[in-house]
Amino acid sequence: MNQKYMYSLIAVIVLILIAYVGVEAAGLQVLFGIILPYIAVLIFIAGFVYRVMDWASSPVPFSIPSTCGQQKTLSWIKHDKIDNPTTTTGVIIRMMLEILLFRSLFRNTKFALNEGPKISYVWEKWLWLVSLAFHYSFLVVLIRHLRFFLEPVPVWLQWLEEVDTFFQLGLPGLFLTGAILLGATTFLFLRRIYLPEMRYISLAADYFPLFLIISIAITGILMRYFTKVYIVGVKELAIGLASFHPTIPDGIGVLFYIHLLLVSVFFAYFPFSKLMHMPGIFLSPTRNLANNTRFKRHINPWNYPVETHTYEEYEDEFREKMIGAGLPVEKELPVVEKE
Amino acid sequence: MINPNSKERALELGHKPPKTDWMDTPTVYKEGIYCYAAKPARLEYVSLPNPRDWSCTAEDWQLPENWKEIILEGMKERLEKYRTFKIFMDICVRCGACADKCHFFIGTGDPKNMPVLRAELIRSVYRGEFTTAGKILGRIGGGRKLTLDVLKEWWYYLFQCTECRRCSVFCPYGIDTAEITIIGRELLNLIGLNIDWIAAPVAFCYRTGNHMGIQPHAYVDMLDFFTDEIENVTGVRCQQTFNKKGADILFITPSGDVFGDPGTYTCMGYMIVIHYLREVYGLDITWSTYASEGGNFGLFTSHEMMKRLNAKMYAEAKRLGVKWILGGECGHMWRVINQYMDTMNGPADFLEEPVNPITGTKFENAKTTKMVHITEFLSDLIIHGKLNLDPNRNDRLKNTFHDSCNPARAMGILEEPRYVIKSVCNNFYEMPRNTIREQTFCCGCGSGLNAGEDMELRLAGGMPRGNAVQYVHNKHGVNNLICMCAIDRAVLPACMGYWAPEVDVSGINELVANALILPGEKEKTVNLRDEPIWPKDVEPDEFYKRPSFPGR
Amino acid sequence: MRLNDLLEQKKAAIIKEWFNLIVNSYPSDTAYFLKKQKDHFANPVGTTILHSLKPLFDEILNGMDHKAIVSYLDPMIRIRAVQVMFSPSQAVAFIFSLKKAVRSNLKKRENQDDHIINELIIFESKIDEVGLMAFDIFMKCREQVYKLKANGERNRVFRAFQRAGLVYEIPDGKRPGVMNVLKSSNTAVAPLDDRVD
Repeated sequence: MNQKYMYSLIAVIVLILIAYVGVEAAGLQVLFGIILPYIAVLIFIAGFVYRVMDWASSPVPFSIPSTCGQQKTLSWIKHDKIDNPTTTTGVIIRMMLEILLFRSLFRNTKFALNEGPKISYVWEKWLWLVSLAFHYSFLVVLIRHLRFFLEPVPVWLQWLEEVDTFFQLGLPGLFLTGAILLGATTFLFLRRIYLPEMRYISLAADYFPLFLIISIAITGILMRYFTKVYIVGVKELAIGLASFHPTIPDGIGVLFYIHLLLVSVFFAYFPFSKLMHMPGIFLSPTRNLANNTRFKRHINPWNYPVETHTYEEYEDEFREKMIGAGLPVEKELPVVEKE
Repeated sequence: MINPNSKERALELGHKPPKTDWMDTPTVYKEGIYCYAAKPARLEYVSLPNPRDWSCTAEDWQLPENWKEIILEGMKERLEKYRTFKIFMDICVRCGACADKCHFFIGTGDPKNMPVLRAELIRSVYRGEFTTAGKILGRIGGGRKLTLDVLKEWWYYLFQCTECRRCSVFCPYGIDTAEITIIGRELLNLIGLNIDWIAAPVAFCYRTGNHMGIQPHAYVDMLDFFTDEIENVTGVRCQQTFNKKGADILFITPSGDVFGDPGTYTCMGYMIVIHYLREVYGLDITWSTYASEGGNFGLFTSHEMMKRLNAKMYAEAKRLGVKWILGGECGHMWRVINQYMDTMNGPADFLEEPVNPITGTKFENAKTTKMVHITEFLSDLIIHGKLNLDPNRNDRLKNTFHDSCNPARAMGILEEPRYVIKSVCNNFYEMPRNTIREQTFCCGCGSGLNAGEDMELRLAGGMPRGNAVQYVHNKHGVNNLICMCAIDRAVLPACMGYWAPEVDVSGINELVANALILPGEKEKTVNLRDEPIWPKDVEPDEFYKRPSFPGR
Repeated sequence: MRLNDLLEQKKAAIIKEWFNLIVNSYPSDTAYFLKKQKDHFANPVGTTILHSLKPLFDEILNGMDHKAIVSYLDPMIRIRAVQVMFSPSQAVAFIFSLKKAVRSNLKKRENQDDHIINELIIFESKIDEVGLMAFDIFMKCREQVYKLKANGERNRVFRAFQRAGLVYEIPDGKRPGVMNVLKSSNTAVAPLDDRVD
């Protein structure tokens, strides 16, 4: 069992060592600061597009939404327009709730019963809450990083940062999202280790992205609050990358290159992993289709004719018995000549 | 003195669960869990591949030489044909939200019955055989090769899934294990691996029009007999018509109700309602012996087989020249009608958009399939006051309602049955919220697992449902479980017998018919089951004196 | 101090351990679910065990009323009787884990007290008795399963056929097999092949 996360942990440690040795000993700043990030972004974009196109290339032969509420029916019966959508609007709202609020995960708690003690739903609620915290903090952290690529830093980004450092802890102000990101990923990792059923179903591929994100968060936090890197140089590098005039400024600490390599690996790994659940949810046919197949025909592009047992064949086989039972028939029995 | 060994011995009896990784835990075929293998004649009749006499517990499954190639080729083809399959193979993050939602996991305690693992059985092969990363990394990448052991694991666990979709409700990506099971079984069928309880109804249905293999004259005989039974109870002869050209509506329902108790009472219920509508409103509803099956075990075999069996419905409606089709109480039948029929065998442009000729209501939601659910139809009639009902006649029963998986999670017909039930009886109690509606628990026998040899599986899988029924029985004295599915009616009596022995099982139309006041009926003292209509603890005289009793 | 008082005192701890011993007889991931999920409808197996143990323990401690014990044992055994992962002995073995739970909750000093040991022997023989009752219930459940297996589908169809007059009762009340009657009269069910062995 332990093997699964050990492999992933070792892989991440090796990555860190590679960046460390590559920069400190071999002086390959250009490789780690310019070439690999470009390659990673290329792989990410190409891979992402390829995977989505690949999914899209498979048709949706049948409309099979999971219906979680009352269907559209007689006018006086209240139709659940979101959980059993019949229109594009309904589907969009359902998808938004799913994508923005992780509705199905929340469902575990929604109908909690009085009969059971409250504690019964705690871990399920936690999964929903932590997943949500994780994804949103990750998003904010990503957006915050735009400040390295934009000069001047836009006002809305400054606002975002202000909100993020609302609690004014330490100097420089602690970004709440960074802490949440680290905490949430750690929770998701521990959950996989400590819950037997989670340990049983988890694969190395479930641990690897967690270790990767944890390491990215740790190196990021280290750079900001502890072993400071040469921030002006970092920004110069970032703007250089973004404007396709890459340069390697002197004096950026090795920690930055480790951080950058991990991020690069994350991007390059993304399209080939379960992380593709991000675009996947948009294409998931049980959620993104309307339950309208009884009044709007869904077309199967590869529908083909099949062999059936026709009524004529049926009557041919049972005609005598049918007539005996007084059932109407298409063809009467042949008149048998008496010998 | 105490012998310290005594406790040691007792301890050794304790079951030691395997500590190995799931890929290393061998599949042991346990009696009571698996169903018997399909007999060759079934497959031959519908030209399915590799018909032979075989047993799933035998070492040699008599597979074709190139079975592996066939399965992998089949997977490839389905990855290209079904976006669902491809996406569900790729995007699971194994978050565990579905793990404890499966009635088979809850009941059997077998971890491979967690939906996520059931899907991983196939997903691991997908990774190991189709993805580059999986091919290179092997086990570390969560991939494995397709071997005979893997195939046997598939068979064992794909026939421990009732395709009920409860897990898909809780999945944040909407991954539907039913879809994976459907395609998994379709793959198994490519090399002749089906269970007899599915293969036989498929072959029967193909030939005689219904799963039970009932020939046309016997079908008519049976309904004629019901006519006598109904006359004994009501004094009215509810004669039916069959294969009648030019009728207004064609009625199609599962054959299980024609030939098995307690579904037979539901069948009599249909007959009474049909007769009532003919007598009072002149509505002509006919039965068909050719399309004498609403259910579709093809759904549990392959998409193609589903289409082949389903084709009869439209074909017969066209031949008879009816206006539209009315469908009876059935579970997976309505999944097929709602999600597959029009796509597969439509467009049914030879039928009319369904309108209730008695009330004038247009069934807008069935505009293109042209098939209306009987509870939609009845709800419309009842709200317009078109049925003369006396719910007191069902006072003997304290009812609860079991939402069948497919109508709930592949259609969403939740309120119509409740409205009808509440209109025809006075005592109705819901089961706890997390066991009904879209969260309903399966009967444990859907998708063709309602055989006899897998009784332990059925009872273990039906346990969460039985448990909820027992709860309302204890709390409210519920003595009748109403369901809207022929498989439910066939299997829940056994399930209730084991888990909630005081509770009977019936269909909705049985209660409707008991409450329906027929023109010219005799004074009713018994219901369709020949039981007195007054409650057990009430004297008949007292019962009739009730002011609310309109029958007097 | 008498054993009964001791047990009464340590009841909560003993039952907790007993519950864990039982639940740990399931695969570890299943065991976790059985322990954690407290909702009776989401986790009927775990909560049934949980709710049956305390009254059962009380009954062993005090009354040993046969009827009461059966009523607490039945729901638990009923579940294990259809969980094929357990052999029959494993299905009822959980009763005897109570011995372990009791002993591990007694202090060393208490474990060596002759008086208590004598009482313990009596208490454990009561557990043996309950074990035998569990065996009875287990057999009853299994018999029910076999009856359902043997008769379920057949009776269902048979009754309907019988009412329809498609089969007939042999005068001495012995029921003919449905399918045999059908085969001989060549009616009703299309003889596609060897449908019934």
